[in-house]
Amino acid sequence: MLVNGVVRVRKSQQPVRERTRFRILRDKLFRYVVFLLSFLILTPLIVILYHISLKGLKVVSWDFLFSLPKPAGEQGGGIYNSIVGSIYLVSLGFIFSVPLGVAVGIYVSERKETLLAKLTGQLSSVMQGVPSIVVGIIVYCWLVLPFRTFSALAGGVALAIMMVPLVIKATEETLNALPSSLREASYALGVSYSRTVLKVLVPSALNGIITGILVSVTRVFGETAPLLFTSFGSQYLSYSILKPIDAIPLRVYTYAMSPYPEWHDLAWGASFVLATIVVTLNILTKVIQRRWKVRF
Amino acid sequence: MGRNVGVRNRLGPMTGDRIFRFSISCSSFLMIFILFAIFATLSYFSFPAIKKVGLSVLLRKTWNPHAGEFGILPFIVGTLLTSFLAISLTIPLSLSIALVLSEYLRDSKIATFLKGGIELLAGIPSVVYGLWGLTYLVPVVREVAILLNKTPYGVGVLTSVLVLVVMIVPYLVSIATEVMALVPSDLKEAAYSLGATRYETIRHVILPYSKAGIIAGIILSFGRAMGETMAVTMLIGNSNHIPRDLFGPANTMASVIANEFQESTGITFSFLVLIGLVLLCITFLVNILGNAILKKTGIVREREVSCL
Amino acid sequence: MESPILKILNFSAYYGELEILKKINLDVYKNRVTAIMGPSGCGKTTLIRCINRMHELTPGARVSGKIYLEGEDIYEMEAIILRRRIGMVFQKPNPFPMMTIYDNVIAGYKLNGIRISKDQMDEIVERSLKATFLWDEVKDHLNRKGTFLSGGQQQRLCIARALAMNPDILLLDEPTSSLDPRSTAHIEDLIGELKKRVTILLVTHNIGQAARVSDYTAFIYLGELIEFGPTAKLFTAPDDRRTEEYVSGKFG
Repeated sequence: MLVNGVVRVRKSQQPVRERTRFRILRDKLFRYVVFLLSFLILTPLIVILYHISLKGLKVVSWDFLFSLPKPAGEQGGGIYNSIVGSIYLVSLGFIFSVPLGVAVGIYVSERKETLLAKLTGQLSSVMQGVPSIVVGIIVYCWLVLPFRTFSALAGGVALAIMMVPLVIKATEETLNALPSSLREASYALGVSYSRTVLKVLVPSALNGIITGILVSVTRVFGETAPLLFTSFGSQYLSYSILKPIDAIPLRVYTYAMSPYPEWHDLAWGASFVLATIVVTLNILTKVIQRRWKVRF
Repeated sequence: MGRNVGVRNRLGPMTGDRIFRFSISCSSFLMIFILFAIFATLSYFSFPAIKKVGLSVLLRKTWNPHAGEFGILPFIVGTLLTSFLAISLTIPLSLSIALVLSEYLRDSKIATFLKGGIELLAGIPSVVYGLWGLTYLVPVVREVAILLNKTPYGVGVLTSVLVLVVMIVPYLVSIATEVMALVPSDLKEAAYSLGATRYETIRHVILPYSKAGIIAGIILSFGRAMGETMAVTMLIGNSNHIPRDLFGPANTMASVIANEFQESTGITFSFLVLIGLVLLCITFLVNILGNAILKKTGIVREREVSCL
Repeated sequence: MESPILKILNFSAYYGELEILKKINLDVYKNRVTAIMGPSGCGKTTLIRCINRMHELTPGARVSGKIYLEGEDIYEMEAIILRRRIGMVFQKPNPFPMMTIYDNVIAGYKLNGIRISKDQMDEIVERSLKATFLWDEVKDHLNRKGTFLSGGQQQRLCIARALAMNPDILLLDEPTSSLDPRSTAHIEDLIGELKKRVTILLVTHNIGQAARVSDYTAFIYLGELIEFGPTAKLFTAPDDRRTEEYVSGKFG
């Protein structure tokens, strides 16, 4: 069979019935262990979700969502500035990463035989592996030091660096998966190369590209480390691109690490909001992925 | 012979084509430039540190900026220790889940439910894990420490490892399930038709076939664990000494940066950037290695996704 | 005397070092159906792909010799202009999956950025769909995507899409080989109608189809033009022995 011959010979010297019982028992035991370990993982999940809901819902209210943080020691306060900040930062990340990511994805897919495309493809996977805290350091050096201020701009760029590789991969893979008949049909109509890519190929790939963008947005919404040294966080509501700005994960971190118990409760509230947003985005991504499937 | 009319050899005649081709290749150059800039920036700002102490800093044990002592070994040990422990616990859990999803309960409703649960776990942000750990895990660990007659810090290596495991499991599960799905069903059928039990088929057909991919997955998960920042920072106790005890505090390369970067000045700043550079290089190598093995197994996608 | 709309002179095509077509000399007559037949892999598809210069999309492709469309050397024109004068329909129907039926028919204009009014568009769509006998079947569904259509209908949609551009020549590359017999019959009838408005070049490995539908037939074997002439003659009294063997089914 598939086992090395020596062991087999020894084992077959045992009476077949005994050996069979042993094998069946071993199979059963393995099955139980595997199932146990698998469903074991659900325990922390349920517990965590339970705690987030329990502690979070105690704090979340209309007021919580729409008012600003109060100074330490005062009751109440909200995370409105963090919500605004998160949306602001992710939007900036989107603006910086999507055009670049899609363009590079197109290049890597269309010109895959060139050295530049192969190199870029490899390097963008590598960029995916840059630890989030290191991204923070880099953007700090690029945009915070020279301007001597933390800023939403720096935060947006940091998030963009984390988003770009995902967008590139999604664009590249979806384009690669398109059948060549699509391209041929377009050329046969006398359509130029650039128009074929932009008006036929990319629109057909839109599902995959948008899914990739949504996945990266979902990911960076919950990121804290890249923002620690770039947008830094703030108690105040800000719309300025050159000033520090808050974000929900930053607020969770600040409150969680503080010595004040009221702030710990608020941290749970913010966590609840954050978790809800992330889960919603996840579901949205799945829905769009399914609804928009293009058949060839 | 004939006129060579291969399109690859000449630019599109229309300006639109030329502009288009130019823009997309420019964007690729930009990407490479960004990557280069990343390394250049880190090297530039860490240079004062390297100049001061040389690479022996990697082996020095004491980190005490105020006293002018800059050894980053404690953090390297902290990172490797936590990641290694986390991975050891993750492997049996993840492989079990992967087996359940791709073999035992394949295509069943329970599998979808389990898969959904795993995805949910993957979606929870790191800070939230940290907060949860602080509120619920730390007191438990503290109690256990008291029982074992150790100093009841509550925070420390063990606590952060436990949370790391929960965070890394979804990642390894997604790679492992994809790898196992590649095992040709006729191989499995052959084994079953010869009278093999499921365990035997798993042990002698599925796992050996998926070995390379699973190893790649383990390597990549290890890299992921090393780069994990927030939850670890919140739960590891912020101590700049080499950890001697699972129940004691420590620091990883990521967490020391998170803790000390903002207040750092001068040469300390430079050393922290150096730590960042070291961390980047290690994760880099790990990712390249993992992805290279993964590519060989035929899983075309290189991974860093948070959902299955 | 019939006037040739397309003159192919000493034309050879290469993929790298491999010579696929060897010094083809062929005249294609206006408003007639010319079938190009021969066993698989002998260069028929390569020939028509050279006529609308799609051959050059393959890396390593080379040609020698000349092809004249109404007196103009096609290699002196811009390829994308040429392709608007010569339409092509492929073996496997390939309507654009993310466009509606309406948009598919008018795709040649939209994609090329040719500006025409809505009324003109409506007129072109109706005219093209009527020409392929698809109008009655889809006129109430113009805003749906084309993927719900059957294979035969999809292929007629592709023909309508090509016709909408008012081409001089329509190249059909084995248009019925992926269709069922009934749809095949429909399309063969259609070809008979279409030749009144456009010259048709039909590639087929189906001898019966060539005999049924075409006015002239060219027999290509191993990259060489073995014989060319009126279909009736080729099938009843061919000059070349190889032609005779092919049409009587002795090989291919």
